[in-house]
Amino acid sequence: MTRSTNPPAPAAITVRGLRKSFGPIEVLKGIDMEACEGEVVSILGSSGSGKSTMLRCINMLETPDAGEITVAGETIRMKPTGSGKSRIADRRQVERIRSELGMVFQSFNLWSHKTVLENIMEAPLHVQKRSRAECLEEAEALLAKVGIAEKRNHYPAHLSGGQQQRAAIARALAMRPKVMLFDEPTSALDPELVGEVLRVMRALAEEGRTMLVVTHEMGFARDVSSRVIFLHQGAIEEEGRPQDMFTNAKSERFRKFISG
Amino acid sequence: MDLPFLWETFLSLIAAVPLTLQLAASAIVLGVFLALGLALSRLSGILPLDWFARAYIFVFRGTPLLVQIFLIYYGLGQFRDVRQSMLWVVLRDPYWCAVIALMLNTAAYSAEIIRGGLLSVPFGQIEAARACGMSHFMAFRRIALPLAIRQALPGYSNEMISMVKATSLASIITIMEVTGVAAKLISETYRAIEVFVVAGAIYLAINFILTRLVALAEYQLSPHLRQPAALPSTSTGATR
Repeated sequence: MTRSTNPPAPAAITVRGLRKSFGPIEVLKGIDMEACEGEVVSILGSSGSGKSTMLRCINMLETPDAGEITVAGETIRMKPTGSGKSRIADRRQVERIRSELGMVFQSFNLWSHKTVLENIMEAPLHVQKRSRAECLEEAEALLAKVGIAEKRNHYPAHLSGGQQQRAAIARALAMRPKVMLFDEPTSALDPELVGEVLRVMRALAEEGRTMLVVTHEMGFARDVSSRVIFLHQGAIEEEGRPQDMFTNAKSERFRKFISG
Repeated sequence: MDLPFLWETFLSLIAAVPLTLQLAASAIVLGVFLALGLALSRLSGILPLDWFARAYIFVFRGTPLLVQIFLIYYGLGQFRDVRQSMLWVVLRDPYWCAVIALMLNTAAYSAEIIRGGLLSVPFGQIEAARACGMSHFMAFRRIALPLAIRQALPGYSNEMISMVKATSLASIITIMEVTGVAAKLISETYRAIEVFVVAGAIYLAINFILTRLVALAEYQLSPHLRQPAALPSTSTGATR
């Protein structure tokens, strides 16, 4: 199951010196990481370790205080503010880069006034301005892929959590993203629904998609990811291949973390 | 009961209905744009805009509409600068004074209704729109506003009904809408009960139709809140 990383693959995401504070609380204390094309990187850590914030900084849903984010070779331009933090220099650039990153949220965040099909077609149609016929065809294929083709005309409120999350994954895929970002995609689900979402994510990993996955699913991190990053109090405590991390971690904290 | 008189009264009053509807519709349509601007000002986080909108809403909700109509119709004409300005073309006409007063008044109430609707939009859905690469404006237009309208519609229908009834105040500044015509008939016939009963019934009928229209709009806009049984599960015959 585990794929080995081929070092020559170009970097899809590079994070350098990422810092972020919320008020007096320093959530990220200088993160450096990289995800190469085709890699599945699981980001683990206890709650409050900064893993979601780190993921949200990559597509600028949170504005980093300092640091550099590079997506597929393009660095997001930031400019300093008066108070020593930084802000987005070019909104258009960020919007374009966001459309190249597929984001899947913990609470799905499907648009409640649109059907599943409309949710999936929205961004390709209106952000990427692709043709309706093409978007429809691709949306149908994605729905079949995540296994909810028969729910295409349903509204999110009429779906189970697992179906909503699979629809949200299809919505993110519809933009043909270079990287998929998953922010605890199974944490809001009933235990019996977790499996169906993980199966879809596993299939995406096997296709060779580049994925950053913030998760509490140890099985997924161990079996599917090519690399595991363990965050503790806003810093990377340890990272490595899952087969090494899960059998032979250097960090005492990580060993404790995985033993529950 | 004097049926022929009631019928005659009805015919006179029904002829004034178009003017009543025109006043209400102009005020509502113009007012909703102003209201949207005020609601966005309140939510903008830009302090001067926020405070302007707060002050506006405070003043126009806190004073009687009749006083506002008087101030605009009688009050503004006292200033020579106003009489000599371009605005005078509009402000010397009681019809436009009534439309302006009604519009400014409904905007204050509607702004708060719209603001409530916008605040009810789940933040995660906006964030999802931004994460797809939508600009602020596109996320507002395609996600936030449609969701806010659905939330605001029941409250806003109250405001529209109020506006239909509030047009009766325009009769005070010589406008011959339904109430204006009714008052004139009473001064001619001294039969207040019959005339006002007919006038009241006309307002009731207008508002009955209005509430049905709003209910229809609400139904059309809220398929996501109904049971899925009402939905075609696979409308086009695509393969699974």
